[in-house]
Amino acid sequence: MSTKRNFIDLQRHLKDRTRGAFSAAHTLLPYWHRVTHQWQLESAAEMIHSLFLINHTGDIFLEKHWKSVISRGVCDYFLEVKEKAVEPENVPPVLQTPHHYLISIYRDKLFFLSVIQTEVPPLFVIEFLHRVADTFQDYFGECSESIIKDNVVTVYELLEEMLDNGFPLATESNILKEMIKPPTILRSVVNTLTVLLFFPGSSNVGDKLPTGQLSNIPWRRAAVKYTNNEAYFDVIEEIDAILDKSGMTVFAEIQGVIEACTRLSGMPDLTLSFMNPRLLDDVSFHPCVRFKRWESERVLSFIPPDGNFTLMTYHVSSQNLVAIPVYVKQNISFFETGSCGRLDITIGPKQTMGKMVEGLMVTVHMPKAVLSVNLTASQGNYTYDLATKVLVWDIGKLNPQKPPNLRGTLSVQSGAPRPEENPALDIKLKIQQLAISGLKVNRLDMYGEKYKPFKGVKYMTKAGKFQVRT
Amino acid sequence: MTTMQKLLQLPVNAVNIVKTVQSQVQGQEEDKSPVLTPDGGQQTWYNALQPDELRHLRSGGSGGGFGGGGGGGGGGDQEERAVLEEGGGSFQNQPLRHDDLKEMLDSNKDSLKLEAMKRIVAMVARGKNASDLFPAVVKNVACKNIEVKKLVYVYLVRYAEEQQDLALLSISTFQRGLKDPNQLIRASALRVLSSIRVTIIVPIMMLAIKEAASDMSPYVRKTAAHAIPKLYSLDPEQKDQLIEVIEKLLADKTTLVAGSVVMAFEEVCPERIDLIHKNYRKLCNLLIDVEEWGQVVIINMLTRYARTQFLNPNINESLLEEGGEKTFYGSEEDEDEDDEDKDKKAEVATMAKRKPYVMDPDHRLLLRNTKPLLQSRNAAVVMAVAQLYFHLAPKAEVGVIAKALVRLLRSHSEVQYVVLQNVATMTIKRRGMFEPYLKSFYIRSTDPTQIKVLKLEVLTNLANETNISTILREFQTYIKSMDKDFVAATIQAIGRCATNIGEVRDTCLNGLVQLLSNRDELVVAESVVVIKKLLQMQPEKHSDIIKHMAKLIDNIQVPMARASILWLIGEYCEHVPKISPDVLRKMAKSFTNEEDIVKLQIINLAAKLYLTNSKQTKLLTQYVLNLAKYDQNYDIRDRARFIRQLIVPTEKSGALSKYAKKLFLALKPAPVLESPFKDRDHFQLGSLSHLLNAKAGGYQELPDWPEAAPDPSVRNVEVKESVFTLLERVTTLTSVPEWTKCSSREKRKEKKVEKPFYSDSEGESGPTESADSESDSANGSESVSGSEVSGSGSESEESEEGSESEEEEEEEDEEKDKKKKKKELKKKPVQESESEQSSEEEEEERKHERKSKPRKSDSETESGDEEESESESSQSESDESESEAEVKKKKKAAQSKPPAKPVKTDGKKEKKEMSLLDLDDFEPAPSPQVTPVNSFLSSSLVTDLEGLSLSDSVLSPATIAPSSALKSYELLHRITGEGLSVEYCFSRQPFSPDANMVAVQIQFTNNATSDTKNLHMEDVKLQSGMRVKEFPEIELLPAGETTTAVMGIDFCDSTQAANFQLCTHTRKFFVSIQPPVGELMRPIFLTENEFKKEQGQLMGMNEITERLTLDVKCRNEHTIVQRVTTAANLSRVPCGSDKECRFAGRTVTSSSLVLVTVATKEEGAAQLTVNCEKMVIGTMLVKDILQALTQ
Repeated sequence: MSTKRNFIDLQRHLKDRTRGAFSAAHTLLPYWHRVTHQWQLESAAEMIHSLFLINHTGDIFLEKHWKSVISRGVCDYFLEVKEKAVEPENVPPVLQTPHHYLISIYRDKLFFLSVIQTEVPPLFVIEFLHRVADTFQDYFGECSESIIKDNVVTVYELLEEMLDNGFPLATESNILKEMIKPPTILRSVVNTLTVLLFFPGSSNVGDKLPTGQLSNIPWRRAAVKYTNNEAYFDVIEEIDAILDKSGMTVFAEIQGVIEACTRLSGMPDLTLSFMNPRLLDDVSFHPCVRFKRWESERVLSFIPPDGNFTLMTYHVSSQNLVAIPVYVKQNISFFETGSCGRLDITIGPKQTMGKMVEGLMVTVHMPKAVLSVNLTASQGNYTYDLATKVLVWDIGKLNPQKPPNLRGTLSVQSGAPRPEENPALDIKLKIQQLAISGLKVNRLDMYGEKYKPFKGVKYMTKAGKFQVRT
Repeated sequence: MTTMQKLLQLPVNAVNIVKTVQSQVQGQEEDKSPVLTPDGGQQTWYNALQPDELRHLRSGGSGGGFGGGGGGGGGGDQEERAVLEEGGGSFQNQPLRHDDLKEMLDSNKDSLKLEAMKRIVAMVARGKNASDLFPAVVKNVACKNIEVKKLVYVYLVRYAEEQQDLALLSISTFQRGLKDPNQLIRASALRVLSSIRVTIIVPIMMLAIKEAASDMSPYVRKTAAHAIPKLYSLDPEQKDQLIEVIEKLLADKTTLVAGSVVMAFEEVCPERIDLIHKNYRKLCNLLIDVEEWGQVVIINMLTRYARTQFLNPNINESLLEEGGEKTFYGSEEDEDEDDEDKDKKAEVATMAKRKPYVMDPDHRLLLRNTKPLLQSRNAAVVMAVAQLYFHLAPKAEVGVIAKALVRLLRSHSEVQYVVLQNVATMTIKRRGMFEPYLKSFYIRSTDPTQIKVLKLEVLTNLANETNISTILREFQTYIKSMDKDFVAATIQAIGRCATNIGEVRDTCLNGLVQLLSNRDELVVAESVVVIKKLLQMQPEKHSDIIKHMAKLIDNIQVPMARASILWLIGEYCEHVPKISPDVLRKMAKSFTNEEDIVKLQIINLAAKLYLTNSKQTKLLTQYVLNLAKYDQNYDIRDRARFIRQLIVPTEKSGALSKYAKKLFLALKPAPVLESPFKDRDHFQLGSLSHLLNAKAGGYQELPDWPEAAPDPSVRNVEVKESVFTLLERVTTLTSVPEWTKCSSREKRKEKKVEKPFYSDSEGESGPTESADSESDSANGSESVSGSEVSGSGSESEESEEGSESEEEEEEEDEEKDKKKKKKELKKKPVQESESEQSSEEEEEERKHERKSKPRKSDSETESGDEEESESESSQSESDESESEAEVKKKKKAAQSKPPAKPVKTDGKKEKKEMSLLDLDDFEPAPSPQVTPVNSFLSSSLVTDLEGLSLSDSVLSPATIAPSSALKSYELLHRITGEGLSVEYCFSRQPFSPDANMVAVQIQFTNNATSDTKNLHMEDVKLQSGMRVKEFPEIELLPAGETTTAVMGIDFCDSTQAANFQLCTHTRKFFVSIQPPVGELMRPIFLTENEFKKEQGQLMGMNEITERLTLDVKCRNEHTIVQRVTTAANLSRVPCGSDKECRFAGRTVTSSSLVLVTVATKEEGAAQLTVNCEKMVIGTMLVKDILQALTQ
């Protein structure tokens, strides 16, 4: 017997065999489609052929083809895999079908599924799909099925503009906004009522192209004008950590991001410098940042895009100790006899640099056997979702004098074996006005324009993937 | 009908079609048209407009109940109806009714048209069929309203292919659009025109593309590049013409176009690699400013290009790779062998005396220019650079990509998935690269299963003797996971670690045996399978485990696990002679109820037992075989029949049965558990094919390195002062903005001081000469040496070009600089010819220089400013080497001179013989390093010159900017210091209150929210002899502020730490300062002769010599000097040979001499010598410098 084939393969194989008839039916449709579009075989490569938007129940609610039309049937392969996967996150992002490759992302409960016919770097497609989702988010404030359906024309125009013949054309939000105006609440109201009644000639977009002049800088639109010039920078740091049973740090690191919001007229050229740039170990930048100046002087020099953007992300060098703001004492146990278990979690402040810990929340994915919980929280309140077996304890602000505690009993399905594993705790928290790494912005200077902008910097620390093993 | 005229380029019948169709649309009653007569070419059109459509065309006019005026009030009403209709519309057979939409489209109000178009587009988006509206929509293609127009375009692109003939109606509009003054309209017209997949308009498209390719707007040119692959897919016969357009666009200098045209190149003519030659350097230099998607395409293309044009940078290693590979999975001796291997490699490399590998400067250019892109926010770009480095960079440099790839693991889970796949492949070839990031691959319970399994794969690949205990501890937590698939994968991973790393095999085995008592059957089954594999490696030792497993067979139900246990017992029945017959007995009893896979193993077990222990098992075996004989499964029946023939001796049994024992009980090779990612790197990393581990359509194999490099001169381009568009100036990221130039301005002023030195020669050379030299470099057709010089020259110019963004005058300045440099380069051959008696020795000397030159340019730093200074210094270097050659010549001439004071006399002689002009050329050499000329200058003059030097810090540490180059150490961490963080560094300044003390600069930062007061030190604890001068008390350090103070410590020439307490008004902290040995000395100035003399007195016990192999990045003089002076506070001693670097200093307390020599040899081999009275200091210094040079 082959050493490679292990037990799991075998099981899968068996499963597949039982489903044989079912999947055979599915293969028929795309094949038929293939025959009718025989010319596609010799057609040259393009990167992204088609895009389907699918909601979490499996309905295809939008399709866009950049070349010939590919039948929806191709999505059946994907839907089949999706059905099998317990969680939507478990669907592999790249699937192979007899004639196409399917690359998908899962964002905001939606699948963005692209159809590929030839070799293309998978990350290229994935990154592009995320950019599409980001753009929707940027335009409509959220990226949900209903909002996309409501704005389907804008969405379609955006897709048309972002991809030409399967190759990305304009993906910078500033350029897109120059060509396709984002809907505003005011405008949509006006559109449906007033305009048609009183000004039947006008539409929601000017009759002519704004300028016909493209900005010299790909990420910034031309001729920006504000009465109040302001630039805000949020330094947000996330602590990623794994703590073991005894509270020891198995792994911890700090990832930071600087989110910027600039509303500045003209073509400002900004320079942002840090008190302690040496802390930054690994960085990635928005394309506007001049890399060479960073290399030589460790300052960020850039002409900012207009509006919100992510200026940089960074990783704090691993030599520095990571301060863990809270300690977690927990005890979750299941008894051998009797169908119950006990849970006791206490959270207290550890290294908070004298700041208030807010938005504290603990999430526990309970074993499937746990039927219900009966707990008391000394602070905040808890919910237990019976279907997903997720216990959420929303604490809020952490009181350093009286560490919040959650304790009580868990009732386990009778007859089921005692769960072997203890669930991990996911911690969420927020600390305002603190960058846990100690990173500090030194100064922000503006060149190229005469006015004096208002400048603001805000710090925040959050828990990223902060997990306590039990 | 004027629009029709433009269509005259069309074939006649096409025009007819258009005419008739149009007339149909307009005069809808006219249902009989001349074209409807059956005719081959038009049949398709006829079909396309089957009765359905025709009827609608007719009914369109009559069904006009809904006037345009009603649109205002009934907006919502119509919307509802439209939705209803769409519901019906999905039944393809039913006639589609979109009368109201047609009505709206026909109205002359733009708002109605827009409303209608919006609904139609919404239908298209939902995948509903809206093709019957084509005629009504296409009429509006010429609509004035841009918003309507855009939506019409969207519709057209979707349906044009289905209704080709009607689509032709729109062509004229696009043709008009192509002439529009607005670049956006030109571009969109071309986009739509090229997206309409109608074969008949191929000539029009071709024409439009050609025109747009020379449009003045880069945006339109970009669109033209996009249109190329569209046309190519429509009509591959246009390839030749399209290649011409591609060639033209490849020469385009704007970043906007570069990405798109390379994409077109990749799709139309990826085999025409020759088109890239001339544009290679430009592409490399533009790369950083190209938009992200273009970067990915260009990097992938350049990877392929480089594989065809350059030599394998790992050529020496690759020869030995097999040896290295074997030890890769090797267990115990891994570490030692690795070292040995390295030694061996070095030996072999030197012994083989292969042609030393010198990287093509263009190859280096690519690596250098792609590296910054590792910092891109776009994961695809980072991955593209990573694969480029993996496939193209020398082994030692590949490591830089690890950090960036690990960063991507923070991104979306889809990105993680792809990155982990690639990391898994990389970890097999280059494990060391990711070892420091081991913990980043730890698994969280919230990761999706596929990510977990991939991380597990990476962790397994990274496991080695040193980290295996940590990894196994991690694995232990994973085994408790709820995700059973993941647990199974973990068990397999443990098995792989156990096979690969001998030390932990027993530990793993015991751990797995413990898992056998796990409650989860899956876990047990998986463990059994893995244990089986492990036991196979050394069965003798583990008969008790086999016994234990034999007991398990009563409980385990998973067939695979049962089968594995039976196989084990059968295979090793001799180790468990008592148990095995009993197992067979039990199995015989349950035979009929077993799964097939178990039955087969029962038969196997029976056969093996029969052969070894026939007395006890003969009957049992026969019973089993009989049962099998009537089994439903034919495999089992076959097996039984076959085995019976083999083992039971009868008269008929053939020759084989004699060997039955050998057949069944042969020693089976232990299975090799290897990664599924092994050898996956023959696919280009980051590609879809790599991910799927199967060749995807259109995948282009990464070519193998060529045996010999093709002619590099093909990439030379005519160097002309390129006129950069304004756009480039603003966007070029490499450009340094105006206000930052002040510092370089100052430098320029400094340069002004030097001007007189150069001005003479410049005046003399005049413009003609520089012109000559320029053409020289352009031709590149001189002798070998000539072309090499010009090659590097033009390269540096290219890179400057990339970073150019200055005003005219500055450009001019640079121009001059360049000319100067050129001249310098040019000078050399002239001087060569001057010297009549060129001996062989000289020849060699020069060769060496040349060889070292490209290397120097390799290590050029990135920043624009530094580049400038760099070029300056390299210029000076060339000066020096020249003068050196000069001196050598002189030496040759005056060989009889006594060696006692050769330098001095030489210098004088030189002075006499050299013309004033030459002197001008030589003396300003900014660094006094090599030239013996300088050795007779007073040391103060040397320092003066150093002040002039633009190349920072090459020589004496005095010129090192104290803050930038100094390494600082942490005294008090922010967290332990409760917000107060303290760092210290050795400022290398003399400590004025006491010359025997080392100055320590301390920086206090108050990160807390409250002020810190009365910062001072107390309770100093020192070793005997040590003294400390405390820093003055800092009264107040406000929150968020930083301050510095200086203290002095006399370390007594030892590296003992100085311990003291740092006190604030509230707290005391214990801290200590321990100096690196290199800080216990101060630089002194020695001449070469003094150095040699002193060295001669410090031989024997006081001399420590160490051989080393220099770090790849540290093979030029500049870096060696830099690294040594960073490691130790020494000053450079001028020296006649460029193969030796000498440094001198005295210890601070006892003023003992410290002399350091680094002598470099071929292939980065070097010898480090330290002479010092204080042996302890000497030994420690050797260690430190060694580390600095080889890190």
